[in-house]
Amino acid sequence: MEVPENRFLEVRELTANYGNVQALRPTSFHLDKGEFVAVLGPNGAGKSTLMRATMGLVENSGSVAFLGQETKRNNPANLASKGIILVPEGRGIFSPMTVLENLELGAYLLGSRSTVTGERMSKVLGLFPRLKERLTQIAGSLSGGEQQMLAVGRALMAGPKLLLLDEPSLGLAPRIIGEILEALGQLNREGLTIMLVEQKAPLALRLASRVYILSLGRVVAEIDPREIKSHDDLAHYYFT
Amino acid sequence: MTILPITTSPNPIMRIAAFTPYVATLLVLIYALTGDGYLASVLGFALIYTVFVTGLNIFMGYTGQVSFGQNAFAAIGGYSSAWLSVTMEWEPLVGLVIGCCLSVAAAILIGYPTLRLKGHYLAMGTLAIGLIVYEIAIQWEDVTGGYTGISGIAPLGIGDYQANTDNQKLVVLAIIAGTGLLMSRFIRQSRLGRAFAAIAGSENAALALGINVSRYKLVAFVIAALYASVSGWLFVHVVGYVSPEVFGLHMVNLGFTMLYVGGLGSSLGPLIGAVIISLLPETFRAFKDYQDLFYGTTLIVILIYAPNGLASIGSFLTEKLRSGR
Repeated sequence: MEVPENRFLEVRELTANYGNVQALRPTSFHLDKGEFVAVLGPNGAGKSTLMRATMGLVENSGSVAFLGQETKRNNPANLASKGIILVPEGRGIFSPMTVLENLELGAYLLGSRSTVTGERMSKVLGLFPRLKERLTQIAGSLSGGEQQMLAVGRALMAGPKLLLLDEPSLGLAPRIIGEILEALGQLNREGLTIMLVEQKAPLALRLASRVYILSLGRVVAEIDPREIKSHDDLAHYYFT
Repeated sequence: MTILPITTSPNPIMRIAAFTPYVATLLVLIYALTGDGYLASVLGFALIYTVFVTGLNIFMGYTGQVSFGQNAFAAIGGYSSAWLSVTMEWEPLVGLVIGCCLSVAAAILIGYPTLRLKGHYLAMGTLAIGLIVYEIAIQWEDVTGGYTGISGIAPLGIGDYQANTDNQKLVVLAIIAGTGLLMSRFIRQSRLGRAFAAIAGSENAALALGINVSRYKLVAFVIAALYASVSGWLFVHVVGYVSPEVFGLHMVNLGFTMLYVGGLGSSLGPLIGAVIISLLPETFRAFKDYQDLFYGTTLIVILIYAPNGLASIGSFLTEKLRSGR
């Protein structure tokens, strides 16, 4: 596959199936270094499938090139080791473990390099001070918002080059969503490339520099968020 | 990476509670050693099962998988050493090593395709493994002796030393079971144990963090097979006889009961479960015809009031004390 120079992530003709159902039709998109890209779309458009297929968590075909190199398909551990880290829908925190243990597991790929782990831990706890107060608390007993902070914090412990977030606002109060988005914005300003799947369009549009619209399992438009002035503008893309 | 225990011990009461099962088992051991030998024999079987259930706990409790086929690996370990002991007159320790090697090879061969299954399908797949090995034990008469089994197996021992009396066997079993439990605890607190726990928590989240889920599931399966193999080896050399029934479905049922009564995922659960489940029928022997009724009722009561197993009672009480309720 010919990948343009300096292209961070290049995804081409990506498809995904659940049994006989094709949840993602051949879809192509890309990300450049330092971008904050949002993927919007109505319920059932295939947004989460797009994330899972990119990460290799569902059977898929197509190609995913990261930092100019083709990645092994259907091997999420390999992608994670290259620096693509996913915060899955529903958070996927390890409920019986403490907050600290969850964060430490984020740095699993580092092995015993405790200095780097320590540095990352300080950064995460600086970003989410609430987690610092709850380090010894069982993760399952945290509030929904704190669990989402933990999920993002754990992903950051892995030292991502590209952070994929699947609906981080799901089921959270607006104030908490604000805190999380604030943190994501800060990370992006510091240079982290982020791809966010979100159903609450206004939230994503606040931060994104570029937006893909997904409908019926394929990308139907690539737009500048400044072009979206109202819900009607979005609906136009959703249903065309 | 800083290694912390999975559950933190916030106060001294909990720390003392954590040692209670060890102290209680030690007291029962001492009592058994001074008794008439019957209790030593019952406790001996409990310790053999402790080894078996500890392996099951690593696969089911730590890693969140399910296996109804661990009896297959106990059979491989037991029959290998029994055959080598009787036919070749080899030392039990050599039988142990060869049995473990065969079990590891079988676990890799079986686990690689089987562990692609999940949930109920994995349960059914592993159940089939146990049934196949049981059938082989019956049909392969030249080696296993079929229904008749193999008798005259050498007792546990190294060189000139042999554990012949019930008390000697009990001491050897206590050392081996204790070592197995400590190793299990070490695994739980290690980086490997963290990977197991992550898989048990969420396979997708573990994958997304770079944990090679299929590899670690296979590692857990192989470790569990090793424990099962050692328990099979212990059984044949302690009893001196082996037949297919020893490693049948009864072993799986008993193993599961011990695991759930002791506490799934607790490193001490297998010991507690094995000792309680082995001693319960003896306790109710006086009830004669109603023995099974009392045994069954007691199991139900335990699982209702301690759904996370008896090992969880310590932390439950500590939590009560802390909250003042």
